[in-house]
Order: sequence, then structure tokens, then C-alpha cells
Amino acid sequence: MQRYWIRKLKDKMAYAFCLTCIVLAIVPLGSILFEVTKNGLPALNIDFFTKGPGAIGEPGGGIANSIQGTLILIGLTSLIGVPIGVLSGIYLAEFGNTQFGRIIRLTNNVLMQFPSIVIGIFAFLIVVLPIGSFSPLAGAIALAIIMVPIITRTTEESLKLVPNSIREASMALGIRRWRTIVSVVLVSAKGGVVTGIMLSIARIAGETAPLIMTILGSQWFFYGFTNPMDALTLRIWRLALLPYEYAHQTGWGAALVLIILVLSLNVIARFLTRSKYKV
Amino acid sequence: MSVDDVFKYFVGLISFLSVLTLFLMVLELFRYSLPVLSLKFIFGINWNPVAGSEEYGILPYILGTIVTSTIAMIVGVPISLGIAIYLSEMAPNFIRKTLSFVIELLAAVPSVIYGLWGLFIFRFWVKDFIEEPLSKYLGFLPIFEGEPFGLDILTAGLILAIMIIPTVSSVSREVLMAVPNSQREAVYSLGATKWEVIKVGVLSYAKSGLVGASILGLGRAVGETMAVTMVIGNAVGPSALPTSLFKAGQTMASLIANEFNEADPTTLHPNALIGVGLILFVLALTINLLAQVMVWRILKIKEGTVE
Repeated sequence: MQRYWIRKLKDKMAYAFCLTCIVLAIVPLGSILFEVTKNGLPALNIDFFTKGPGAIGEPGGGIANSIQGTLILIGLTSLIGVPIGVLSGIYLAEFGNTQFGRIIRLTNNVLMQFPSIVIGIFAFLIVVLPIGSFSPLAGAIALAIIMVPIITRTTEESLKLVPNSIREASMALGIRRWRTIVSVVLVSAKGGVVTGIMLSIARIAGETAPLIMTILGSQWFFYGFTNPMDALTLRIWRLALLPYEYAHQTGWGAALVLIILVLSLNVIARFLTRSKYKV
Repeated sequence: MSVDDVFKYFVGLISFLSVLTLFLMVLELFRYSLPVLSLKFIFGINWNPVAGSEEYGILPYILGTIVTSTIAMIVGVPISLGIAIYLSEMAPNFIRKTLSFVIELLAAVPSVIYGLWGLFIFRFWVKDFIEEPLSKYLGFLPIFEGEPFGLDILTAGLILAIMIIPTVSSVSREVLMAVPNSQREAVYSLGATKWEVIKVGVLSYAKSGLVGASILGLGRAVGETMAVTMVIGNAVGPSALPTSLFKAGQTMASLIANEFNEADPTTLHPNALIGVGLILFVLALTINLLAQVMVWRILKIKEGTVE
């Protein structure tokens, strides 16, 4: 047996190590938030929110077309992804205790962690190649593949939190199983479902890689489903790589807009769950 | 068949879409990369997309992915475990909640913003505080050869380390919290200090789950694209071989991001990039399946025990 003070010292060192780790993780987050705010704020003005970008190399112009593109993508993706995600979640929660259900669950978990650039290539192959042009639809399909597993998981988890007595009460009134699930169980769990949807929107709004080969990015506002479109994330990437000071500043400004969008979705989503289920 | 059955099969069919997607994905990737797939594709080091003298070898990018992910694991996993141990074993309740939330915000930051920050801020931290001392005192080692510049393999690896911390630490925390209290009480009753309790009672018990959490982080590191693309320097061909940490490199994901839109469809260039995607697919699938199985096993124990 070692001496007591050595053991005590080891204990203290372990504690110090863990605290150091916490600091090491928080420093980057703090620095990112600080720099994005510091460098992004001066870029914000009326033009920034109302105009598209000017010619490359010329200061001025804004990111209105990128904001529009991101919003269109969020809308289209949700249109595809939310119904599929919620229905899959219903299946897993209510009927998923089978071998088939386990396979679906495993696939969803794998897809949730999947490299998004590979998903982008897939959308390129099944949408962009057949229709012969870059398209917001291809982007939305790629993002929906990322969105569905997240919604499926959160929907399944929140439906499982609904006590069985509620299902039984509904069915005792002679209401069919499917109607019980849709009108009683799903409604009781709607807080959790909405949270999942918001988190998934935050996630896809920040995706860049799958958009490179699906919507390409563009100087213009949305002009049809068979033409390229811009998105905030793509714009940040392109601006950062340009060799002009003004472009970097606009890039930081766009990053500020994006981070506010993503983080507020996250914070609101967590707040919703916390008040309802006390996670 | 009743309405209920119709509903059940309908939602079942919808949920089957995910399996179908994965299946179609591998099929399509394979179909388009077939013309370039060969041993030379995987073990070649030259990369020349010019029509007439085309040559595609992806070994430098495979190695680039392996090296950057390894750096990410070496740096990121211990930090994540430290965080997980603190959050599950040491922190008072209110600190635990706040900190978990902050760490989750780290996961929510989009990767392109990590890239922007890496390109304009973090790169100089790495250059000034890590690379220059290393190059001064350990410059004779081949892996620290060359002029520290900040846009290189080391920076890419370190930014990946930061990016895997939220994933690894939150799964590890879940795994640690699933360890039954009787494990801790048994060691406490022998008169152990807190650290001994954690080491003997908790960590050894949760080992496979922690390995699983780390592998999950590896999956994220392997597939991460934007942040890496923006800081790794984007070398191509033999010069992308990761012989020194202070060299510009390239990973599989960053290669695809950089070249996909410039690829000439009349050459095999797009096919080669899709081939890189296929390799990435296989790698990510293997890593993720492995991680899922290991994390599952330990989380399942929790459901079985009565506390």
C-alpha cells in the first residue's frame, strides 16, 4: 500500500487534470464566439442584409442571396425530412421492438455520424447528374438524408416517454391504434418532437460540404430549381479563401449571422425540453 | 387487413428508407468509381487529372486522413475523457448542467466556422506556441522538419481534436453515468480515494464503452471536411505524403471538396473523386458500426440493473 499522502496527491492531480481539460475545451469556444462577434459586427449594415455580393474584388455588397438560399434550403429540407423523420420515429417507438426495428435503428445511428461529403456525392449522382444541372433540390435531398436520422431518434425517444396508461386510456374509449398514436401519443410528445426538429435544422443550416456538389453556390438570388443557388456556409467558405481584406470581413459577418441562427435554435430547443421533461 | 395494419406497414416502409438510402449510396458510389478502382488507385501516389496523361493514386490522401485523425485522437480523447470524468464523477449538480450545455454548444458550431477561425486565428496559435518551440528543440526529428507555417497537417489534426471533443465527451459521460453505483460504493468501502474509485471501480468497468465513444470521435474526424480543407494547405500528389507534421497535406474529404467542381466530366477525374468517396464510405461505415456495437453493450447493462 502506498503512503496516504501520495494517494491523496494523485487524487488532487487527477482533479487538476480534469479541470484543465474543461478549460482546454472552453477556450476554443470562447475564442470562436469572441472573434466572430468582434470581426463580424463591423460588417453588418443595411446593404449587408439587402444586397447580393458585388463583383469579386470590389468591396461593398452583401449576403442577402446567401441568407435567402439558406432559408430556402431549410424550408425544402424540412418539407422532405420532417414527415419522413417523424413517421420513422413513430414506427421505431410504437412497433420497433423487432429485428427489423433494430436494423433501422442501427442504420439511423450510422447515418447520423456519416461524413456529409459522401452524402453530397450521393445527391450529386442521383439528382444533379440525371437533371443535368446543379439544383436547390439536390441540396435539400442531401440535407434531408442528414436530417432524418436526427428527427427519427428524438421522435422515438420522446414517444417512448409517453406513459402507456395514456395509450390504454385512449384505446379503452374505442379509438383505433393509429388514431391513438397520431392524435394522443404524438400530441403528448410534441415538445420533444419539435425540439428534435429544431436541433436538426440547426445542424443542416451549418452544413457546407454536401452543398458544394449540389447547389454549387452563386452570385445571384434564387432563380429556379434547375440553377445553382447560394448558402451562408458556402459563402463563408468562398469569402475566406479570397485574398481581399473586405471579403474576410464580410465572411466574418456571414459567420456571425450563421452562428446566431444555429446557436439560438440550439438554446431554444434545449430550453423547451428542459422545462417539459427536466432532462 | 385493418386500418391499423395499413398504418403500421406504412410507417415501417417509411423508416425503411434509411436502409434503402445507405444501400443505394454504396451501389451508386461503386458504379461510378468502377472505372478507376484498382490496386494502383489505392497505392499510387501520383495525381494528374490532365486529359491524356491521367493518373490517379490516392495513397497520400489516405495517409493524410490517417495522420490527421491520429493526431485528433491522441490530443482529443484524453481531454474528452477528463471532461467526462469531471462531469459524471466530480462536478456538483448545477455545474454539471451548465458545463454539459456549454460542451454541447461546441458541437453545434458549424464546421465552416471552425475553418474560418482556424484559418485566421488558431493557425497562428499553433505556429507560435506549438510549432516554433517544437521546430527549435526537436527540429532534427523528421516529423518536425520544415518551416513552421501554421497551415499544415498538425493544425488540421489539432482542429479535428477540438471538433471531436463534444462527441467523445458526451458519449463517454453517458457511459460513465451508466456504471452502477454499487461499483463505486464497493471501492469506497475499501477506503479508496475518489481517484482510486474512478480508476478501479468506474473506468475499468466502462472500458469498452469508452473505447466505443472514442471510435465514434474517430468517425467524425475521418469524415470532417470543411475545417480541414481550410487549414491543411491542400497539397496534391507525392508532396501531399505526410512525411512531416509541418507540411501542407490533404485528406480524402478535403480532396473531394477542393476538386469536385473543377473535375472535367470527359476525363476520369470525377470518377476518381467518387472513388475516394467510396473508400471514405467504407471507412466511415466500419468505424461507426464498431463504435455503435461497443457503446450499446455498456449502455444495455444499465437497462438491466436495478438501482
